[in-house]
Amino acid sequence: MKRPLVMGAVAYAPKVVTIWEGFKEYFRRHDFEFDFILYSNYERQVEAQIDGAIDIAWNSPLAWVRAERMARARGQSVRAVAMRDTDCDLTSVLVVRNNSAISELSGLNGKIVGFGAIDSPQANLIPLDHLRAQGMVAGRDFTAKRFDLLSGKHGDHIGGERDAALALMAGEIDATWMIDGNHLAFSREGILPASATRIIARTGAYDHCNFTTSPNAPEQLVTHFVELLLGMAWDNPEVRPLLELEGLKAWRAGRTSGYALLDRAVNDEQFYDAKGNILAIDYRY
Amino acid sequence: MTSNFTTQKEISLPSIIDIENLGLDAGAHLLIKHGLCGVSVGGEILVSGSAPGWEAQLAAWCRAQGHPLTFTDGKAHIIRSDIHAGRWRGATQTGHADLLQTGAVHEHALPCYGLAARGATVEAGAPEFAFRLNQKHEVWTDSAADLYAQAVAAQWNPELAIDWNAPFELADEVEDAVAQVMTYMIENENAALVVPARFLGQMHPHFREVQAVLAIQVADEARHIDVFTRRLRLHGREPALSTAGGQASLKTLLDEPDFSVAGFLLSVLGEGTFVSLLNFLHEHGPDPVTRQICRLAARDEARHVAFGMAHLLRRLEHEPEFRSRLAQAVETRNDTLSATAGLNEEVFDALILLAAGEFTPAAIATGYARVQTLMTDMAEGRLARLLRLGFEGKTAQRLAALHTRNFM
Repeated sequence: MKRPLVMGAVAYAPKVVTIWEGFKEYFRRHDFEFDFILYSNYERQVEAQIDGAIDIAWNSPLAWVRAERMARARGQSVRAVAMRDTDCDLTSVLVVRNNSAISELSGLNGKIVGFGAIDSPQANLIPLDHLRAQGMVAGRDFTAKRFDLLSGKHGDHIGGERDAALALMAGEIDATWMIDGNHLAFSREGILPASATRIIARTGAYDHCNFTTSPNAPEQLVTHFVELLLGMAWDNPEVRPLLELEGLKAWRAGRTSGYALLDRAVNDEQFYDAKGNILAIDYRY
Repeated sequence: MTSNFTTQKEISLPSIIDIENLGLDAGAHLLIKHGLCGVSVGGEILVSGSAPGWEAQLAAWCRAQGHPLTFTDGKAHIIRSDIHAGRWRGATQTGHADLLQTGAVHEHALPCYGLAARGATVEAGAPEFAFRLNQKHEVWTDSAADLYAQAVAAQWNPELAIDWNAPFELADEVEDAVAQVMTYMIENENAALVVPARFLGQMHPHFREVQAVLAIQVADEARHIDVFTRRLRLHGREPALSTAGGQASLKTLLDEPDFSVAGFLLSVLGEGTFVSLLNFLHEHGPDPVTRQICRLAARDEARHVAFGMAHLLRRLEHEPEFRSRLAQAVETRNDTLSATAGLNEEVFDALILLAAGEFTPAAIATGYARVQTLMTDMAEGRLARLLRLGFEGKTAQRLAALHTRNFM
């Protein structure tokens, strides 16, 4: 048997097994040996990348930031080689109830603002950073209520955002953050009734997940892997269910231009240091 | 709807959709989708809005839909992508809902049609369903839609259609006989319910008209079982005797795996014979409730026979050699049942008593003669149906005579 390319992925939901088993089958049909190792959290996965236990990882944006810092600190490098079309140019939105008196950020003074999991780029780190850049600091200007769920999954399961949305409608908090797409998703689910909420702020654009190569990943295998990924056509009924599960219509070549906001937030919120060491003291994973 | 937004289509300028203050969390995407339908792939539309944060919502929606989006001068520019259409490449067209259209019903209903409405376009990669009865010639009946419509129109509510409080009093022996005949009929109706119900679960929904007939046939039989039970219990009786021979006869119906053969044995021969029995009970039943029940049940059963006949006539027209398979089925069934007693003695005697109406020698003589006439009617009915199905005279007579002595 040829040497497989070994990928790491985080098991943030049961569907993860279905997704990567499906990908494994797809790669095998194209005579490409591929295997995967599931981790319970992104921290362990990034460390495995640096240790060389895996060749490539399906990383959250926060995991990318840490992998890049850890590799750089060791004089190595990692690359973002592919991502989903839906990973590009996301924004997070700050939502209030439609009948709320709050219409701009200054209105948050003294209020309770909902955030997702501590390690959620989209519902905690980038929003905190966005507010900080606007002069609003948690604990000083407003109370941050975190909806921590499944720490270590970097907010992938969106459970924290959903719980915060429910709390908003229950009147327990005054505003809450979520990815722009989740605002629509929660409204489709009925968690946020139609027109019952109002967007009062929006972060800058940022990118989400990517396939991150490990420092000494086998170059040829990675290249072949990316070629096969980019060749997955949404109109092919054999791969469409996998793409739908993973939430994309097309794979794109990786880019790192969309992580600047998160990189700044990681520094400002003191989540990791420059070498990728974890600084957040109440972070359990 | 159109008064709430404006669409300006011109040859050179992109369409402008104004979603006003409607958010995409409240349905604005429908207006945008509608606008995109008006341009070809690669074409552009402009969207303007005023709901707070509509730009963020639109960006999320376009990202998920795969449409490139930019903003200039407060307006969103959306390029229609063809990626969404990819879902329908290689999709399967599943005939037509309307039977009058050419190719409405396919000869072979594919497993991938699944549960889709006939005529729907089914996405490639849909799961395959293992419906065993997926060949048109195995199940199709041209008049199924009409028969279903008739059946729907002829449904009756036992509560209203039967005068359960009609006054009558029967001698104990006659009431016992009613209980025995009802016991026997419930047993037979159980077979008449289970046989189509089993095929119903195996039939490809593509043949929806046939599916509908079977479904309402099952409902008919459930109603018959109910009213026969209610009549049986009307004067406090419990169900009476069930013989091994009677059940053996019915079991052969349940054991038959072929839809057409089962329909032949159950509907054409069995239920056809049963129609004669129900007409007999309608005419000679000892009380008004029994007579009313049997009149209505006979009407339903006649429809079941009509369906069986129509199906077999079509199949034999396309497949004349199938006639020998039917003949063989009657012979095999007769062989299987040769060691059984056939109609149980209690039922036969009960029928005489019912037709007699009272427990006197003169009345019993009348009842006996009537049952003999019934047997003749049944045999003649079977023969007539066999002849109608194209069996040659002598074969038809032989097969009619081989029919189970259990009537069904």
